[in-house]
Order: sequence, then C-alpha cells, then structure tokens
Amino acid sequence: MNPSAFRNIVTIAKREWAGFFASPIAYIFIVIFLLLAGFFTFMVSNWFAMGQASLNGFFVWHPWLYLFLVPAVGMRMWSEERRLGTIELLLTMPITPWQAIMGKFLAAWAVLGLALALTFPMVLTVNFLGHPDNGIILGAYVGSFLMAGAYLAVTSMTSALSRNQVVSFILSVVLCLFLILAGFPPVTDLLVHWASPALVETIASFSVMTHFAGLQKGVLDTRDLLFFASVIGFSLFSTSVILRAHRAG
Amino acid sequence: MHPKAVCPHWGLPWSWVLFPSLGMIKVRNLKKHFGSKAAVNGVSFSVEKGEVLGFLGPNGAGKSTTMRMITGFIPPTDGDISVGGFNVQEDPLAAKRLIGYLPENAPAYSDMTVAGFLGFAAELRGLFGEAKRKAVHRVIEMCFLEPVLHQSIETLSKGYKHRTCFAQSILHDPEVLILDEPTDGLDPNQKHEVRTLIRAMGEKKAIIFSTHILEEVEAVCSRAIIIDRGVVVANGTPAELKRRSGKAGIVTLRLSGHPAAAAVAARINALPGVQKCAVLSETPFAVAVTPCKEGNADGALARSLSEMAKREAWELEELHTEEGRLDEVFHSITLGDKTTQEVSQ
Repeated sequence: MNPSAFRNIVTIAKREWAGFFASPIAYIFIVIFLLLAGFFTFMVSNWFAMGQASLNGFFVWHPWLYLFLVPAVGMRMWSEERRLGTIELLLTMPITPWQAIMGKFLAAWAVLGLALALTFPMVLTVNFLGHPDNGIILGAYVGSFLMAGAYLAVTSMTSALSRNQVVSFILSVVLCLFLILAGFPPVTDLLVHWASPALVETIASFSVMTHFAGLQKGVLDTRDLLFFASVIGFSLFSTSVILRAHRAG
Repeated sequence: MHPKAVCPHWGLPWSWVLFPSLGMIKVRNLKKHFGSKAAVNGVSFSVEKGEVLGFLGPNGAGKSTTMRMITGFIPPTDGDISVGGFNVQEDPLAAKRLIGYLPENAPAYSDMTVAGFLGFAAELRGLFGEAKRKAVHRVIEMCFLEPVLHQSIETLSKGYKHRTCFAQSILHDPEVLILDEPTDGLDPNQKHEVRTLIRAMGEKKAIIFSTHILEEVEAVCSRAIIIDRGVVVANGTPAELKRRSGKAGIVTLRLSGHPAAAAVAARINALPGVQKCAVLSETPFAVAVTPCKEGNADGALARSLSEMAKREAWELEELHTEEGRLDEVFHSITLGDKTTQEVSQ
C-alpha cells in the first residue's frame, strides 16, 4: 500500500473515532456491553457456581450481545454520510472509496476492541481465583474480536444501503442473526431431520457460531481465521459495490 | 477562421478540436440518465484558467448533476470530462487533486468543530504539519470564520456553515473550483463578500458556479451557460446574452417642453436604422425607438438621435439605450421553448 493511501485511511479513521466519542454512542456502547456481559456471565451463566477457572460462561454470550450492539455502533457509518450529504464531500476528495470504507471500518472496529479490552477485570478475577489456561482465554478474545469485526463489516454493507439508520440496523441484525442461527445447535439439530448431514454441515460452516466455537476452545485454526477474514472482506467489498451503484444512479 | 467557428463533426469550437490540450475544464457530450430519464443530455463546454463560468438554469435542469460528474462524484452515462488534462473517469485522483468543490447545500460533518473539520479536509488534501496550519489559517481569514472556530458545526448559522464548507473547497488553493450555489442562504452582505471572493479568485483559477440569481452572473461571471432540461441552450458573455433580449437596443428619448409629438416622431422615423418609434407619453414627451436589426451597433442609434436633437434644438432630458435584461433572456429561453415543445407534443 502506498504511503498516501495509508495516511488517508488513518485520517478518516481518526475522524470517525473522534466522532464516536464526540457523541454518546461510544460511551453508551461500552457501558451497555460491559453491563450486559457482566449480567449474563454472573447471573445467567452463574459463573461463580460453575466452579471452573475458565471464561467460557463469559464468551458464550458474545455472539448474542454483538447481534444488537454491533449494528447499533455501525449503522451510522454510511447512512449518516448519505443523510447529511457529506458523502459527496468525502468521495470528491482525492481518496479512493476503498480508503474511506477501510478508515470507517477500522475506527468502529477499534471502538469494539476497546470495549472488549475493558473486560480485562474478568481475566484478572479468573486468574486470581484459580489457574485458567490463559492461552485459551487469549484465543477466545481473538475470536470474539474477529466476530465483532465480521458483524461490523455486515453492518457497513447494510449501512451503505440506506440513508435511514433504522433500516440499516434492522437489516444488519437480520443478516447477523442468520450468521448465528446457521450454526446454532438447536437449529442445526432441526435441520438434520430433513437434510443430508453434508448439507447441514455446509450451512453450518457459514455460521459464526461454528468458527467461534473453535477459537473459544483456544484453537487458532486457520480455517476459522480465514472464515472471519473472508466475511469481513466480502462485506466490505459489497459496501464498495453498493456505494458505487448508488452514485451511478 | 473565425475563433468561434464550430467544427461540424464534434459540434465544438475548432480551437478545441485542433488544440485539445487547451481548457482547464473540458466537458464533451456529457450525458447522464437516471433510469429512463435523461438528467443531462449532451452537454459540452470548456472553461479556461482566468474564467468564471456561470451556470444558469431552472431547478432540475441538470446543473448539479453536471457538477457532480465533473467532480467525479457520479459517473457519466456517456461523454468525456477532463480537468487539467486528466480524464476524470480514468485518473480520478489526479483530477480530484486539482478541484475544490462546494456541493449543493454545503454539507459538513455536524459533530465536528470548524477547526477540526478544516483540519480533516486539509489532511485528506495531503497537507500536514506546518502546511496544514498555514492553509487552515488562510481560509479562516478569507472566509471570516475566526469567531466560530471552536464551535461545533451543528450549532452554526446557515451562513457560517456555508462558509465553512466553502473554506474547505479552497484549502489547497485549487486550480479548478466547482461551486454549487455558493451564495444560497447567505444574507446580502455575505453574498457580496462571496461574490467578491469568487471574482478575485477567478483571475487565476477556472471556476464554475451555479446560481439562480441573475444579477450575480452579471457581477461575477466572464461567461454564462444556460442549461435547460439537460442541454445547453445559451452560451456567451453576460453582455452577449443580454443582447438576445427582445428589449435590447431600444433607445428611450425624453424631451422637456412641449414639442409637437407627431412631428418629432415622424422626424425620428425618418432616421436610417429606425424600425419603429413609439410615443410613450406626450407630457413629458417620451418616445421608445426600436432599431431595425443591426441598426444600433455600438450605440449608433443613440448617437444619431442625440445629433438630431442638437440640430433640431430639442431640449434633451434623457437618452438611454436599453441593454437588455438577463432575466428576460433566461425567461424566454427556458420557458419560451418549453411551451412551444409542449404544443408540438
């Protein structure tokens, strides 16, 4: 990548990042994420009663927490640009649309990463109380961050579709829900009754659940990493196609 | 060859066809269709450095669409655009670097401060450190943004918001400026300031700006294009356009005292180059003299009338050649052929 492309991405990401913290969005997201993560871990998973030195009861909720919180963070990404008309300003600057897409995506992903990083007291607590396998915990964190990125990329795509943030939000929740349910055991168990196992497996392989499960066990499988990378890559590419189609009229 | 002679094949001035490198902004046979509707339908023109081109036309005539295509925001359906020798389609970044653009309604990031917004725009223009500081400082002074520098854009009045976006367009001192209704929503003083700014910058840049305000065209533009339903219907200097007005060239003559109206009118009618002499009022005596075609080149009619007044010892009170009015030309061009078309349909 040439240096000016990198500079442009950084400039746009910096602006987006500042935008998140100029409005209450980032704060609300972080606080709610932490509260809900804590609530599900301690109250629903009953983490203390499990008596295990692991964070499984914590990570198992992430696909569901992200389902609503990530679209809420990302829905304004392009909708707002279109609504305010600033997209015309941004895309007539000497930058490529791709740089704008990357800059926006990375800034929002960094906000999600910050929220995730702020769950570090969980790691401290579990280390204080017992002797967990920190490698597994690290793997699960990587997996959770990648999953957040995949959801966010999907939201970027739906955000480019409409100037209405609510529409973007609902569309991305539906798409992300598909990414979850395709591999959610209750759903796959149902499918097994009338579809061949190979088909069920293919459908399940499209799910974040399948790939997050591996990472949650601390197994950094290239296939799982590749899955998240390709969801992100495909969704961001679709974002650029949608933006171009919208401009072409 | 006459400099304005047009090549029959391209429908463009010969100078373009022979010297294609001329022209800071060149638009050739530009078309844009939205679905089955043609928003822009074969627009061609060029703008040189040192020219301010006024873009006139009714709402929805295709002004903004044309500007969006020149700035590379939307791709044309057909046709070529080059800016500073770079094809906007093939080399968009090089072209965009030369362009400063103020979009319609002056959009700006409402959650940013004015200083933050200008800094952001400067960085995207490749200005960092000292260069960025200088550029931002320069446009703040030019656009009088000092008092609102650290205010967030959503709290600004329309005038300030407009000037903030305008400031953004001239940050990198661009060779080409595209301004979509730069004076829209400004108060008369601000309008005046912006016009002065555009005129001053027009000496060194190629500027296109669109407007609904016809007096603005006369005040600022070196050339104007009237565009209607996606096609260029008139292209010339403001003076040339005004001459197309039906009233252009009519000389009003007012005499004091009580001359014999009929006799005076008869004398005037006898003058060469006079087509018609209508008595407007007898006391005070006033006539409107319509020259026949080409009868009033360089104010010849007014001169001969004043000589006649001297010979006849009329007490001349007023002698005035009508320049023609742009709004009338605009009206007749954009409305006139619409009705004829509707009739023919």
